[in-house]
Amino acid sequence: MTKAVCGTVLLFLLAACGGSEANGTVPTVPDTLTLMTHGSFAVSDGIIERFEAEHGVTVEILRSDDAGAMLNQAILTRGNPLADVIFGIDNTFLSRALDAGILDSYTSPGLTAVPDDLQLDSEHRATPIDFGDVCINFDRSVINDNDAPASLAALTEDRFRGQLVVENPATSSPGLAFLFATIAEFGEEGDYTWKDYWAELKANEVTVSAGWDDAYYSQFSGGAGQGERPLVVSYASSPAAEVVFSETPLDEAPTGVMQAGCFRQIEFAGVLNGSDAPELAAAFIDFMLSIEFQEDIPLNMFVFPANREAQLPPVFVDHTTIPQGVATLEPALIDANRQRWIEEWDAVMLP
Amino acid sequence: MTLSRARRAAWPGRLARILVVAIPLGFLAVAFLYPLSSILLTGLSGEAGALGPFGEVFGKASLRSVAWFTLWQAVVSTILTVVVAMPAAYVFARYDFPGRSLLRAAVTIPFVLPTLVVGSAFLALLGPRGALGIDLSSTIWAILLAHVFYNYAVVVRTVGGLWAHLDPRLTEAARVLGAGRWRAFRTVSLPLLRPAIAAAASIIFLFTFTSFGVILVLGNLEFRTIEVEIWRQTMSFLNLPVAAALSVLQLVAVSLILLAYSRYQQRRAVEQRLAPATARKPQTAREWWMVGGTLTFTALFLGTPLLLLVERSLQVGEGWSTAAYTSLTDTSDSLFVPATEAIANSIGFGLVAMIIALVVGILAATVIAYRQGPVSQWFDLLLMLPLGTSAVTIGFGFLVAFDSPIDLRTSPFLIPLAHSLIAIPFVVRTVVPVMQAIRRRLREAARVLGASPFRAWREIDLPLIARSGLVAAGFAFAISLGEFGATAFLVRPERPTMPIAIFRLLGRPGELNFGRAMALSTILMVLTAASIMIIERFRLGETGEF
Repeated sequence: MTKAVCGTVLLFLLAACGGSEANGTVPTVPDTLTLMTHGSFAVSDGIIERFEAEHGVTVEILRSDDAGAMLNQAILTRGNPLADVIFGIDNTFLSRALDAGILDSYTSPGLTAVPDDLQLDSEHRATPIDFGDVCINFDRSVINDNDAPASLAALTEDRFRGQLVVENPATSSPGLAFLFATIAEFGEEGDYTWKDYWAELKANEVTVSAGWDDAYYSQFSGGAGQGERPLVVSYASSPAAEVVFSETPLDEAPTGVMQAGCFRQIEFAGVLNGSDAPELAAAFIDFMLSIEFQEDIPLNMFVFPANREAQLPPVFVDHTTIPQGVATLEPALIDANRQRWIEEWDAVMLP
Repeated sequence: MTLSRARRAAWPGRLARILVVAIPLGFLAVAFLYPLSSILLTGLSGEAGALGPFGEVFGKASLRSVAWFTLWQAVVSTILTVVVAMPAAYVFARYDFPGRSLLRAAVTIPFVLPTLVVGSAFLALLGPRGALGIDLSSTIWAILLAHVFYNYAVVVRTVGGLWAHLDPRLTEAARVLGAGRWRAFRTVSLPLLRPAIAAAASIIFLFTFTSFGVILVLGNLEFRTIEVEIWRQTMSFLNLPVAAALSVLQLVAVSLILLAYSRYQQRRAVEQRLAPATARKPQTAREWWMVGGTLTFTALFLGTPLLLLVERSLQVGEGWSTAAYTSLTDTSDSLFVPATEAIANSIGFGLVAMIIALVVGILAATVIAYRQGPVSQWFDLLLMLPLGTSAVTIGFGFLVAFDSPIDLRTSPFLIPLAHSLIAIPFVVRTVVPVMQAIRRRLREAARVLGASPFRAWREIDLPLIARSGLVAAGFAFAISLGEFGATAFLVRPERPTMPIAIFRLLGRPGELNFGRAMALSTILMVLTAASIMIIERFRLGETGEF
């Protein structure tokens, strides 16, 4: 492992020296580390500063508001990247990122504390940092915990007619995750495929929103939702967010999470190919896997830390559960079929 | 200008003439054409060859129907907006009533609000639990209404701006000769207004043809414009070749429309005497009714969605509270950018964008208004093109193009640069009709009396142009304040603008975040109104009304 690191580092140094010789300057120790990430990236004050102090550098953060946009920007600037390290590539885009060759391999020592099922790239070009589950949330003031739908199939029952809001998979990341969950559950072959399932959902008057915010705030009735439908595609951590951001202190989360039919989104970080500061980038990935950073994740990004040794904050312990047996699909399978699936979903759902 | 005179022209004059053309042209080449061609070449140089993606675009029924929908909804939206907003343009141009400048500023607010905010306001109005009690979401009606709501101000400003300067005696003469109101309007005012109507219609057509946020939020992807499809292909599928092919298709369509329009406008440009302020108090009961009725309709139509925003910002928790506002300065959780910072960023970017847009726009307008023939036409077309280019394409174009000689890809300067590209057409559209309407004979008279060309321009043209330039400046600033698309697709260090902050807040769970988003939208609304009001105030100090 160390050999690999040294090898990578050596390669980088050679590349950096080669590059700088061409420019006729003396190589200097980089004093800035640039992180490329998406709009949802958030940490508490003082966390990044600690890394800066430890390494004597300034961390500059470049944001795109959309994970897809970010990845495209990274792909378009391959070899002459805008940043040294990227964070926020999820498992649905992972295969595209790896195929485009924008990431360099780096095996962080912190990976020993990360469960194997999160480590999707055997070459360690992408390091898992956090994961979140996209699940159906229900309004507990309308649906009792005992009456909540127990499976995806239950959502087509008459008692849930007109009660479910989903996001359009073409415009929304949780919407796409939910589509994947149904494809993982019902498959493409046989008598009853995912398309049959969606046709039944449609017959059961499912509402489709363009984005998560519209679905959650305008259509969903639970928590902060102002709508009339008690079931929505959201996240396993949403009830905790409802408690944290509530105006009035709450003992009980106003919303619950359906335990079946969840899809796991894993977010990865990686060293960008062509970085001026590959060592620093690697150090930053180690830092992101450190307990300190990992324990800061839940209350800022409302996802779960990849490091199994990180403690969850009390509000997460009290108001969220990590669903068992979540659906997953191979990243390569997703990449090969994403557009076709969305277009087929369109054909099923749109008049 | 005769040949001998041209030879006698001093160098400074000639240099100035060259610069007037070179500056806007150079700006456009560097800031727009170069990034655009870079990204299109990147997209179209894939393994399928340059023509492969076009085959996919024309071969797929789903993509063909996207093109058709884009066209017809833009035509309908444009006609609807012009018809619906015409009475308001007339009332604001011709009558002076209490609160006029306040109201005129208010009319412009919808035009510069971030689309996703207006989208959610319209959902609250027309959605399943809408205030109107009818569910129009995911119907074409919601989209058309939102388009009219957005572009109402374009007609009021552009058409009203010229209308205010039409000599009312022309119409009066027609009335004296026995023409009815409608006939006098149709035969006297309408032909004179045609350049302004064409200008307004072309802007609205461009905006609705390339509509993005409204279609996304209200159309639920059952309705997709080419612009939405470009975004979808880029973001959801990472399919740059098809996105590039669609961008080219959109650019070609927009160019054709603009070409037809500029030819039409060349033929229609009418010289007329610009009267000074013509607005007067309504005198008869009939006039009061007309003014009152038009204003009531405008206030209801534009005010309802905006008031819903304010109402939502004050409804955090049970009953009414200002919690959303007081928590805007809160930095305790790092999810949130302090609003003060986003406000400061927006204002800073807005000022820079305004200055760039004014300088380039007025120079370009000079060329368009005073030069005859193809140069002027091509110029006009080129400057409008950024409006017809998708925000994703521009953002990614900057990324591919600006890596050398200096790496500007992550420079915050790119944000006002992108904003100014979108604002320049407004400056041009606001200033050109005024320039063209300045009577050439007036200038010639000044020249005969011994004024140098520059002096004639300074004494005759400049005061009139300056006044329309102020309006354009207010516009440019306000557009920059509310711009979302291009800003979102530029990579940048942490410098969020207000629309970006609103977008981030909307994407977070929790009632308080939603309240904060609405509170920030309300503040943006107030800021926009204030920026336009300041210009109104400033203009009152000028002679004339413009």
